[in-house]
Amino acid sequence: MYFAKEVLSQSSELKKKWEDEVRRVVGKVPDQKARWSTVSDLEIRRLYGPDDIKDMDFVRDIGYPGQFPYLRGNQVTGYRGRYWTFRMFSGMGSAAETNKRWHMLLKEGQTGLSTAFDFPTLMGYDTDSPKARGECGKCGVAIDTLEDFLQLVDGIPMDEITTSMTINPPATVLWAMYCAAAQIKGIPLTKIGGTIQNDMLKEFIAQKTLMCPPEPSVRLVSDTVEFGTKYVPRWNTISISGYHIREAGSTAVQELAFTLRDGMEYVEDVINRKGLNVDEFAPRLSFFFNSHVDFFEEICKMRAARRIWAKVMRDRYKAKDQRSWWMRFHTQTAGCSLTAQQPYNNVVRTATQALAAVLGGTQSLHTNSLDEVMCLPSDHAVQIALRTQQIIAEETGAANTIDPLAGSYFVEALTNEMEEQTWEYINKIDEMGGMVAAIEKGFPQLEIADAAYKFQRQIDSCEKIMVGVNKYVTEEEIPIPLLEIDDKVEEDQIARLNAVRRKRDNKAVKKSLDDIKNACKKGENVMPSCIEAVKNMASVQEICDVYREIYGEYRDPGLY
Amino acid sequence: MAKRKIRVMVAKPGLDGHDRGARVLARCFRDAGFEVIYTGCHQTPAQIAASAIQEDVDLVGLSCLSGAHRYLFPQVVNLLKEKGADDITVIGGGIIPNQDFQKLYDAGIKAIFVPGTTLDTIVNWVNKNVKPVERK
Repeated sequence: MYFAKEVLSQSSELKKKWEDEVRRVVGKVPDQKARWSTVSDLEIRRLYGPDDIKDMDFVRDIGYPGQFPYLRGNQVTGYRGRYWTFRMFSGMGSAAETNKRWHMLLKEGQTGLSTAFDFPTLMGYDTDSPKARGECGKCGVAIDTLEDFLQLVDGIPMDEITTSMTINPPATVLWAMYCAAAQIKGIPLTKIGGTIQNDMLKEFIAQKTLMCPPEPSVRLVSDTVEFGTKYVPRWNTISISGYHIREAGSTAVQELAFTLRDGMEYVEDVINRKGLNVDEFAPRLSFFFNSHVDFFEEICKMRAARRIWAKVMRDRYKAKDQRSWWMRFHTQTAGCSLTAQQPYNNVVRTATQALAAVLGGTQSLHTNSLDEVMCLPSDHAVQIALRTQQIIAEETGAANTIDPLAGSYFVEALTNEMEEQTWEYINKIDEMGGMVAAIEKGFPQLEIADAAYKFQRQIDSCEKIMVGVNKYVTEEEIPIPLLEIDDKVEEDQIARLNAVRRKRDNKAVKKSLDDIKNACKKGENVMPSCIEAVKNMASVQEICDVYREIYGEYRDPGLY
Repeated sequence: MAKRKIRVMVAKPGLDGHDRGARVLARCFRDAGFEVIYTGCHQTPAQIAASAIQEDVDLVGLSCLSGAHRYLFPQVVNLLKEKGADDITVIGGGIIPNQDFQKLYDAGIKAIFVPGTTLDTIVNWVNKNVKPVERK
């Protein structure tokens, strides 16, 4: 930022005076600790001033909302036209049970849906697979066939509400089910909107729902991008996710760097493999970040993210459409910051994390429930979490003005510092030959493992504090009601699946599975045959088994 | 003859991919001087039991955050028993509600560690309760 020479020299005089005073006071009242740092261990100075942002250029680095480099947001009117989408991630037990929870959330003022699937669905196995034993409905909703899916979206206005689905290796299958369900309800594909997570690279790096090796996994992602671009224009076909990278223990900068580099890998693959022009598909790329406990670090991370992506898209990929330069993102508060000890404190943690996400300019938000560290959220806990967002939107005034922290010496300096460190990582991964190559070397995995281990040691030594865990510990247990998924859900789900298998036309199923196989072999887009297959009631696993057969199976190498 | 080091296998049964705890623990065990084998995610109980025997470990540490521990943990103990390897100690950790503890102890899980436990607590428990056995 430009400061007049006199201002800088006055500032440096005053600063000297202040520093002398600091030394005097610290001599009497020493600082509580020698080093102050963010939760990611980024060192923070005692004070920031004009010196720290004097090299910034207002036009180049800051600007206005809706203008390059979008530091201050994509939307010219901020949150005044509409708030961020209140989108609670939810799914448990059977499709019918989850559908009930969805209707409850919509009644309570939620404005978008977000689906949590159980582990068998996430990994592309049917409920009756030996590998799936004990998992059905535990971490989300169990979906085996389109019949379950139709029950999931029963009574949901698919042409009005947008739905996000956290699904990765079987993303083509579950998205095909969404498309098929819409068509069955008479809603054209051009009218449906939503998001599939469909970010396979971060699965290898962090979340570990794995199926095929990296290269063919990216190929399936590109199929969805191409299909969406041509036939489902309101769909975000990838949600490039830092959330899980952070939950796996990364720093904020690592989350930013690996996520953006993943995004670049997809852009390159779609351009190279599908021959699409970057502006045809880039506007539908979306992102997903974590909002962790360190308030300012998170705000700066989100601001930096928008600015870096705008530069990447304009300068590296030569995108011309400004919508390609926009980074649109969803945010979820940090599950890993919650504690089983004194669980009501989690409400406070989630509230500050949600506020950081709003000040960082998120377009969509999930707030964790206080009990999520122990189980899937109960109705009451999820209602408090949703109300937290509504209080921030309607009561706190945080949404009154756009990017209210801009111009703060500290916030701008930290935003710049995080951007610089992110570029260092991006350059390093470029030198390795891209993200797939870096993953094959185990680079991001081990960087995260280092950070996670260091953090755990800092908690154990009380260098970092988690209230109720290593400080302010109370002996007595605080009981909260826990939602339990009955083991009977599994039995019922297997019965449903068998009933579908008995009544469907098995010849038609086989033919549509063969069509998918042929598409894979010929390098054609799998989506049309996938939609056909799910309409014929092919199961999630039957389709995923085709992918495993053709592309091979990937096993977690277990790096630590 | 030098005393044999404690051999530990950290294992992730089931489809759960939440491996942060397992990987941090594997590294901590290594730093504590144990010999460590980490299976990676998505192992079946049968795979875990077979590799535990093949690798001749003294301890298996199971980590599960998906809620499937009630089925998966006892399975591993039973399979080890069936194969005559019930001298291998099995412990567990992850998101385990209090009300499940007793059932898991009854099934033969020797200790359960949940979030908030320090790494040193776990290492100390292992040093106290697991003795490396010379097997023929």
